[in-house]
Amino acid sequence: MIDWKKYVIVLLITAGLFVTAIYLSNYFSNQKINQLKTIQDQISIDVLSSETQFSLLSELSCKNISDSVFSDELSELGSKLQWSEDNLGNTAEVSYLQKYYSLLEIKDYLLTKQISTRCGQKAAFILYFYTTAANCSLCQQESLVLSTLRTEYPDLRVYSFDYSIDLSAVTSMLQIYKIKDTALPALVINDNVLTGFHSVDELDTLIQQSFKLQSTTNISPTVKPTNTLSN
Amino acid sequence: MSLIGNIILYTFIFLSVYVQVFFFVTFLENRKKIVIRKGEVKLSNYPKVTVTVPCWNEERTVYKTVQSLLNLNYPKDKLQIFLVDDGSTDNTLNVINQFSKYQNIKVFHKENGGKYTALNLGLQNADTDFFGCLDADSFADKESLVRIMSYFEKNPSAMAVAPSVTVRNNKNFIQSAQRAEYDMGVYFKKMLDFMGAIDVTPGPLTIFRKKVFDELGGYRHGHNTEDMEIAYRMQKNNYKIEHCNDAYVYTNTPATIAKLYRQRVRWIFGFMNNTIDYKDVIFKKKYGNFSFFTLPTRVASIVAIGYLSGRTIYNLCTFLYSKIIVYKTVGISLHAKNLAFDPFFINTQVFSILFIVTFILVFFSMLFGKRMSEGKWAFSPGMIYFFVVFSLVSPFWLLKAAYNTVLKRKPSWR
Repeated sequence: MIDWKKYVIVLLITAGLFVTAIYLSNYFSNQKINQLKTIQDQISIDVLSSETQFSLLSELSCKNISDSVFSDELSELGSKLQWSEDNLGNTAEVSYLQKYYSLLEIKDYLLTKQISTRCGQKAAFILYFYTTAANCSLCQQESLVLSTLRTEYPDLRVYSFDYSIDLSAVTSMLQIYKIKDTALPALVINDNVLTGFHSVDELDTLIQQSFKLQSTTNISPTVKPTNTLSN
Repeated sequence: MSLIGNIILYTFIFLSVYVQVFFFVTFLENRKKIVIRKGEVKLSNYPKVTVTVPCWNEERTVYKTVQSLLNLNYPKDKLQIFLVDDGSTDNTLNVINQFSKYQNIKVFHKENGGKYTALNLGLQNADTDFFGCLDADSFADKESLVRIMSYFEKNPSAMAVAPSVTVRNNKNFIQSAQRAEYDMGVYFKKMLDFMGAIDVTPGPLTIFRKKVFDELGGYRHGHNTEDMEIAYRMQKNNYKIEHCNDAYVYTNTPATIAKLYRQRVRWIFGFMNNTIDYKDVIFKKKYGNFSFFTLPTRVASIVAIGYLSGRTIYNLCTFLYSKIIVYKTVGISLHAKNLAFDPFFINTQVFSILFIVTFILVFFSMLFGKRMSEGKWAFSPGMIYFFVVFSLVSPFWLLKAAYNTVLKRKPSWR
């Protein structure tokens, strides 16, 4: 009365669908990781090229330094990396890419500093130290604030570093600025270390004072909430 | 998400995909046997049939119901109609008394005792070989009875034949969602028919051979779902139930979320308690696919839908909460760059892919069900509303029904 064969066939078909889904998912994950690697390789080449160019032109005027536009590429890479960490998990490859990304950030930071010293233009950058949501409840909101500031000031560079990343270069940065894991999120603006959460308005003022940057968009008071979170 | 959570999630997804594939394989096996007749059907013999309409406060709809019975394309002298007023407190008795002038209509009035008592009164007074019921809020299509009887004629071992219950006058999106659900139900019922595993003989115009009741006893309370209880009883005794897919009965559906919620609490409560009453039928070879497929998957689907919908709502809440945090922190920023779309961010995890597979199969059930009940392949927005409305509201009526089951409290009928 019961067609057992059918039950087994359907089981096999369902298992087959599952296996196909897993295979497809892995395929897409690998595609995305490869895409990230390509972006990183590209940025790496660009950084190396700028450094070489800078060394070559050490005697010449600063007008010949090509304006590095890594900030856009770097931030795109940063957001894709964040997504990968959230969705693909902290796999070995994602961790590797994150370390590479941190290094690229440091290299860009050093290069910008050199150019600004040599050529006298003030570089606008913020160093941002954070860690996982479990240990730092305000880090997620601070990240949102910084993303908004980046869209407002395209010339502003934000370099973010995960406190817990296992990379000697980042550890050195932490030591230089004396960042403690109890005082996160931490921001370095103009060589001043600020800890805790800072809202868009506070940083807006600081940025305009320190870097003399012009804002591209005006934050209209009507869309802003009246209460801002304080730490 | 925790490991346990993931294991549960993927088990449920596996079961959902399994059930849908099972239905689909059944469809592929049997698709040539699905017949949708368009014109009139001629029988070699027209047996006498009694149809009982139990009424309790149905003054607004019962007139049309009885009219639809009078308009049936079936010899008038072979159709006996019983209108049973189950102690209504409104104008129902006066409405149905208007019909007492007809030769083949008899009006009964009794004290309120519940739908099953009204049906049993009809049974006691029926002297025909075939007996059926028509809910007072449903209307039968002209050809429905004769098509149902053609199934009895073709198959002497068929003991009950169920029609396709569909929706006609859907006015708002909630009713459109239910229409898509009923269409899907037509498809599932036909597939269950092929498996011999139908679990509900719907109130609207299921016709039985009267000897089913002579042998198994009359209707029981069945936790307010007596149409399910009699089907379970028949399956337990290996009585064959078939589905006449081209016999159409149109029913009214609740128009508000609150009414839908109450209706579904009643249905799920009935299902849970009937299944508990008949728990010795699960996983026994002699009861066939009903025991191995219908009951276990129904049970699993209740739990799965509850879990998955609960999880969906939870995800929705966390999503909204995170958006609120964004708003509180930085206000609304509609910078053009934020709105640019990058295919990188499409979620291609295992869960999403399987969800899409299940969705496609369910969507096919709706489309084919609509084809079976309306004769055409068509898409209706109700199909989308169904997913939205049901996934958001069903966890609540499931929980309430489970809660009521645990406390053994009866939900109100309306």
